[in-house]
Amino acid sequence: MPGVQGRRMTPLIAADHVCVRFGGAEVLHEVSLAVKPGEIVTILGPNGSGKSTLIRALLGLVPLAHGTVSRAEGLRLGYVPQKLAVDRSMPLTVRRFLSLPTRVSDAAAAAALARVGVEDIGQRQMAALSGGQFQRVLLARALLSEPQLLILDEPTQGLDQPGEAAFYQLIETVRHQTGAAVLMVSHDLHVVMAASDRVICLNGHVCCEGTPRVVSNAPEYRALFGLGTRGALALYQHEHDHAHDHDHGHGHDHAHPHHHEHSHAG
Amino acid sequence: MLDDFTTRALLAGIGLAVATGPLGSFVVWRRMAYFGDATAHAAILGVALALAFQLPLALGVLGVALAMALTVSTLAAKGWAMDTTLGVLAHSALAFGLVAISFVPGVRTDLSAYLFGDILVVSRGDLALIWGGAALVLALLVWRWQALLTATLSEELAHAAGLNPNRERLVLTVALALVVAVALKVVGALLIAAMLIIPAAAARALARTPEAMAALATGIGGLAAFLGLRLSLWQDTDAGPSIVASAAVIFALAAVAGQLRRG
Repeated sequence: MPGVQGRRMTPLIAADHVCVRFGGAEVLHEVSLAVKPGEIVTILGPNGSGKSTLIRALLGLVPLAHGTVSRAEGLRLGYVPQKLAVDRSMPLTVRRFLSLPTRVSDAAAAAALARVGVEDIGQRQMAALSGGQFQRVLLARALLSEPQLLILDEPTQGLDQPGEAAFYQLIETVRHQTGAAVLMVSHDLHVVMAASDRVICLNGHVCCEGTPRVVSNAPEYRALFGLGTRGALALYQHEHDHAHDHDHGHGHDHAHPHHHEHSHAG
Repeated sequence: MLDDFTTRALLAGIGLAVATGPLGSFVVWRRMAYFGDATAHAAILGVALALAFQLPLALGVLGVALAMALTVSTLAAKGWAMDTTLGVLAHSALAFGLVAISFVPGVRTDLSAYLFGDILVVSRGDLALIWGGAALVLALLVWRWQALLTATLSEELAHAAGLNPNRERLVLTVALALVVAVALKVVGALLIAAMLIIPAAAARALARTPEAMAALATGIGGLAAFLGLRLSLWQDTDAGPSIVASAAVIFALAAVAGQLRRG
């Protein structure tokens, strides 16, 4: 079973043959995965492939039709949801939000905001933040519990491309500084793949899994994402191999300079 | 001091505001306005049952309000179309209550007291009930405050933090039924939801944090009770509607002030 057996470290969280049904439709079929301490795992899949459902299943938000989800004993989990609608009817400063559900000291709140690069917005209203600031505040809140595992569900939705790249770089930095494992969901390929230790390609079931390079060459992956990903693949390989091939078949690659491995994320 | 009926009335109004300020804030944040209506309207049925079976009034109201609140809450969790369901339940509860109450001899004349409240005749016993109920609601909300706020913001976040959003919803459901039982004497079944929503909505324009909004809503509710009672004594208007009308005027002023401040 991919990801579950033959690992030296106990996984922080593991799904074992998980099936989820909504009504009669099976959204997830026999999905197994595990996240070990310190690794970045990305779940990749097209819309409707059950990515968010898988996250919700791991968090215990949807009932499992079959299979189990297990967590390491006493796991500290930080969760960054796909989106969070702060209703305008609720006045809520950033500082107050960071104290939900566990109250934190002003010093801890300030440090968390500084870590994600938005020091000065503690007194701003949540509803008045830009998309990028909002996602950073969500991340700051998740970091306050000093998580062993961060779960992020399409954390860059609604961000422009530079904002998205900066956010992913921030996550990598956080992993580096805190040693937290990261499990995230994405549908954008190139940026994510470079930052991931492992990619799980999902389409209702696990199509393929492995290091980014293995997955990007897997026929299942190519079948799932089709020709539109050619450029992204080229970019990814360029970055990981440091090979200076210029096999860029796709327009938006030009947005990414080729300085060094994670230059696109800057 | 409690011998004066105007003092007792004012204390009753303030007691209600202590509960409706924070609870009303949650009603606004969670968009439960119609939910409040359905629960409050069920109070009339509770009155009818209590009178028919010679039970204490508050007990009958609390029981029926709780049953209604739990029903609505369960249907919501099952994904029923809430706007329609609540519309059906809110008005049916009122209609059945009014039909049922016609079978109880000698009540018809007092009906308006249950529909619009009878704050000017609250007894010491009523006052004890109102303040006891309000203190219970406040204690419940303070105890669960952080969890309630988190679950209101996002059930997913709450769940990921190890909280149970269903339990928090139950807390609000029980608190709502308690408030209905407390408020019946003060503003009556038809205007209970107004006391939940209007002070909280007025406070929204002026508050920067959830706690400030809840506290302000309590203050505004108390002020509305004071102004409404003055109006009632001065012009001999019905006290319950006068209190709600005062709250509405404060809301309008707060909304304008909020707009001006925002620039």
